[in-house]
Amino acid sequence: MTDSGFRLKGSVVTTVLLEIQTFSLDDIVFHLKEKIDQVPHFFNQAPIIIDISKMKRGIRLEEFEVLIQSVSALGLGVIGWRCDPDALPVWNASVTIPLLPASKARPINMSPAVKEEASPDVVVKTVVEERLVPQATKVITKPIRSGQQVYAEGDLIILNQVSAGAEVLADGNIHVYGALRGRALAGVKGDVEARIFCKSMEAELVSIAGNFMLSDALRNIVWKDSAQVLLVDDSLEIVPL
Amino acid sequence: MAKIIVVTSGKGGVGKTTSSAAIGTGIALKGHKTVIIDFDVGLRNLDLIMGCERRVVYDFVNVINKEATLSQALIKDKRTKDLFILPASQTRDKDALTIEGVQEVLEELAKEFEYIICDSPAGIEKGAQMALYFADAAIVVTNPEVSSVRDSDRILGILQSKSKRAEDGKAPIEEHLLLTRYHPGRVALGEMLSVSDVEDILAIPLLGVIPESEAVLKASNQGTPVILDTASEAGLAYMDAVDRLMGEERPLRFLEVQKKGFIKRLLGG
Repeated sequence: MTDSGFRLKGSVVTTVLLEIQTFSLDDIVFHLKEKIDQVPHFFNQAPIIIDISKMKRGIRLEEFEVLIQSVSALGLGVIGWRCDPDALPVWNASVTIPLLPASKARPINMSPAVKEEASPDVVVKTVVEERLVPQATKVITKPIRSGQQVYAEGDLIILNQVSAGAEVLADGNIHVYGALRGRALAGVKGDVEARIFCKSMEAELVSIAGNFMLSDALRNIVWKDSAQVLLVDDSLEIVPL
Repeated sequence: MAKIIVVTSGKGGVGKTTSSAAIGTGIALKGHKTVIIDFDVGLRNLDLIMGCERRVVYDFVNVINKEATLSQALIKDKRTKDLFILPASQTRDKDALTIEGVQEVLEELAKEFEYIICDSPAGIEKGAQMALYFADAAIVVTNPEVSSVRDSDRILGILQSKSKRAEDGKAPIEEHLLLTRYHPGRVALGEMLSVSDVEDILAIPLLGVIPESEAVLKASNQGTPVILDTASEAGLAYMDAVDRLMGEERPLRFLEVQKKGFIKRLLGG
């Protein structure tokens, strides 16, 4: 604990980049609203960065401020702006939102239907920056009952039992501090380094990155005892703990 | 504030209605005003077990549809003071139950009763979910056999995720395990799961173990809740379970294989 009552930490978030090519406020607002209406959940309160580095003609401060207001009015949260460092407008210090450093970004693939709809003079291009976001560990204290399914994008920790007929899945590791009687699938997005740990191995199925083993085979290795499951050269190993 | 207790199991034929009738009667015997609601719309059974089938005029669905008032539909038990039955409709199906309708009836009952016992239908579909939705406590009736235990586990998951308490983020439903049709002899032979096997799999507190008993079938056919048969092991075991439900300590009994005496063997008992 610090005396100050807070901690400063680094954090990476995925945001939407609004890359302006030609400034035409009405067009931008119209087409942006159209896109938001297609996937309202995605855009609701989404952080957004306005990028003017691709603009051939510059933009005036008044125009830029109106743009920020208009984008905010559509329910997006403008968290910063970006500009070509060699073409920094003279008014750059007057903008109320922070100026962010330039970075490489790639356009997201739109589905064909969306592409067709978009008219050639659309000046709004949605760009999502993909960055590695560390996934939080999911911790569950209640038993996972038959018929229930739990999925964690990171590691999954269960401080209870996993019943037969239940299924637990994680992109990362799975820890079960109780009997594992159901199915456990770790590294479901292909992470071969993922492992499964459990206090009592009684699983119907264990799998790491798609390599699985059924209870019949498990019974001959470790049964009703603590164990870990890991992948060694594309084959599952069950090791007593 | 009334306590709503659902008697549920997932699997059919394990003794939900028998247990609802016995436990409801047991609570009323202790002087608490109790109503048992039959949620098994279309397969009305509770009135038979309670021996009041000939007095059913209006039912639960009539009350929900406002075709009858609660006081018209409630049947007062003739044997036990403080006990009422709200029968199910035999001519309708489970779709006749709506969340709003059930809520309205339960709220009205809660003004008058201390305990509301909801006798759930089998399965995990609408009827069963409706019976457990408003519950404060659940009695999960399980037979010592793998498929029943599996289904009980499933219903425990539903209690945790699809009840009003779960949806409102309130304290979870109190869970009680009631093991019925227990046969110590067959457990000893390894033909039946033991109490500890079932407790190990379901990991919820044990409310009671009801031994397999001829008295249960006899009581059902006579329309008398088995708990009133104080000469039977099943009746006594149900009374123990009610005591535990009320927070009293009772040791488990009837779990050992009984050696038949010479006279008993002679009489074929």
